[in-house]
Amino acid sequence: MDLENQRRIKEIAEKHGAENVVVVLGGGEAEASGLAAETVTAGDPTYAGPLAGVSLGLPVYHIFDLKQIVDEAVWEEQISMMEMVLDVDEIIKEVASFRDRPSSG
Amino acid sequence: MNFPVLKAAAYALVHAPNILLTHGTTQLLEGAKNEQSQYLKELPSALRSFDQAAAYPPNQAYIGAIKPKDLEQIAQPWYEQKLESASRFGPYGEIMPEDEFYALMKIVDVFDLIKLEKGFRAEIQAKLEKHPLFDQDDLALLGPGADLEDLQKMLKADASPMKIGSDLIGAVAPAHDLDQALSASIMFENLAAKASAVLVLRHLFRENGIDPLDVDYIIECSEEAAGDMNQRGGGNFAKAIGEMCGLKNATGSDLRSFCSGPVHALVSAAALVQAGVFKNVVVVAGGATAKLGMNGREHLKKGMPILEDLLGAFAVLISSNDGINPQIRTDTVGRHTIGSGSSPQAVLTAVVTDPLERAGLSIRDVDLFAPELQNPEITVPAGAGNVAEANFKMIAALGVKRGDLERSELADFASRHGMPGYAPTQGHIPSGVPFLGAGRDLILEGEIKNFMIIGKGSLFLARLTNLFDGISFLVEKNPGLKASAGTAPKDEVRRIIAEAMQDLAAILDQ
Repeated sequence: MDLENQRRIKEIAEKHGAENVVVVLGGGEAEASGLAAETVTAGDPTYAGPLAGVSLGLPVYHIFDLKQIVDEAVWEEQISMMEMVLDVDEIIKEVASFRDRPSSG
Repeated sequence: MNFPVLKAAAYALVHAPNILLTHGTTQLLEGAKNEQSQYLKELPSALRSFDQAAAYPPNQAYIGAIKPKDLEQIAQPWYEQKLESASRFGPYGEIMPEDEFYALMKIVDVFDLIKLEKGFRAEIQAKLEKHPLFDQDDLALLGPGADLEDLQKMLKADASPMKIGSDLIGAVAPAHDLDQALSASIMFENLAAKASAVLVLRHLFRENGIDPLDVDYIIECSEEAAGDMNQRGGGNFAKAIGEMCGLKNATGSDLRSFCSGPVHALVSAAALVQAGVFKNVVVVAGGATAKLGMNGREHLKKGMPILEDLLGAFAVLISSNDGINPQIRTDTVGRHTIGSGSSPQAVLTAVVTDPLERAGLSIRDVDLFAPELQNPEITVPAGAGNVAEANFKMIAALGVKRGDLERSELADFASRHGMPGYAPTQGHIPSGVPFLGAGRDLILEGEIKNFMIIGKGSLFLARLTNLFDGISFLVEKNPGLKASAGTAPKDEVRRIIAEAMQDLAAILDQ
């Protein structure tokens, strides 16, 4: 995950408390989405950014997880094209594998 | 409407494995963090030789030796294939070895910041004498050469090294002792951008028989910033490059917009020509040393050669309508506006379907799309996916949403309206522009009737806005000048009648 984004997420989690923050990903690929999910739960696996060795344990979802709660018109305008293109099931599975790990708290 | 035409395109690559080690930002940051880095220790063993890089099929496609679609017939990984027909020179330009490129950097260095080691200087002159683009006047600019001791003294005074393996063969001195915008590493980066642009621009003229004196304006669109501490992006690469290529009748300026910069530059060039301000406008960009080896860590981890070992450059000539060359449809320019939104769907709607709708065309009417054409062998192992393929899938999905395509056509849309990615990941280079040369040829050969060039850019990288960017245009077969030929005589008749009436009035007045 981008180092600047790691810094901002860390700052937001510290300011508001991890229990009050939810991370919503928009990655286009399972592996990359998984890496982002791992970064905000267990910590930066590349040990390059501010979240290296920092386990925030934030609840993390991909936008594809949240279709039920997004306004239908907004979904149609913003997401429906990518929904047709991407491997939705694979992405959801990969992100869930990090969200559901015990260490993610 | 009398549209401007795509008159010529040239492409060049520079094999730069040592510059990758000394100036690629991934390597520089790694070295700054950890001098004992395992990655930096293992990296040299994964670098390619010049012959390997030159015979790499995507690189042969870039210089026009094969068509982009030919890559579909070559089994992947392409880095394990060697094109037997491969040559350093192709119809659009060349792949230059690093030693010759160091010499070219010296040739374009008008402030004498570069010194080349004496022995190297003598060897390289002999090589460049055989090169079709360089004459004795160029070779005289190589200077007298310096002793190795002098180069080592330069390095102690903050110069930037030029190396071939472990040999120090030259150095770039800082252009100011304190100004960071003129530091040795920035001057290296800018001289490399200038030199690679000069290389490709000279190819544009030579390969197409164009007189440099006919060019009126140059738009340079690389990703570098030329300037000093008081104006870091002050410019002007365009005139500096033109000066080295004999464009004595031209002026020019630099245009930037991250990866979409070249497409903005092409639209600007087309507009200048169509408005009649200039007849011939060159769009040119050299390569970015910073991006060399950008994903090297991932490539090494996956046991691959380091594929980002090339600087990319291109040059295009946009001219007034000649009735022959493919025309640029300036009335269907697609643009991502500030209000468009940044989701992929919003971006593609703005740059692909909105302009087609204005032109009364469907997605099916465009024979080939040329979006971001990054070589997938570079991006997939780095976790960025197959960028070109993702674009074709998104365009197809938009087509289904609009009712232009059936859902069943999604699967083979890429093979019918797209092509494999083959461009080096040099930021500004992959965004549509690699296809201008091949696309122009395919139209002239009657293989296709049109194609769309799509540039996209990540503006948020500069931390001034969260906005994305995108711009596109359609290139199509030239229908000939019949329409305008029909109106010209009418205007001429009107002019003659008006003159005759004025003469008659003058006689009557007398």
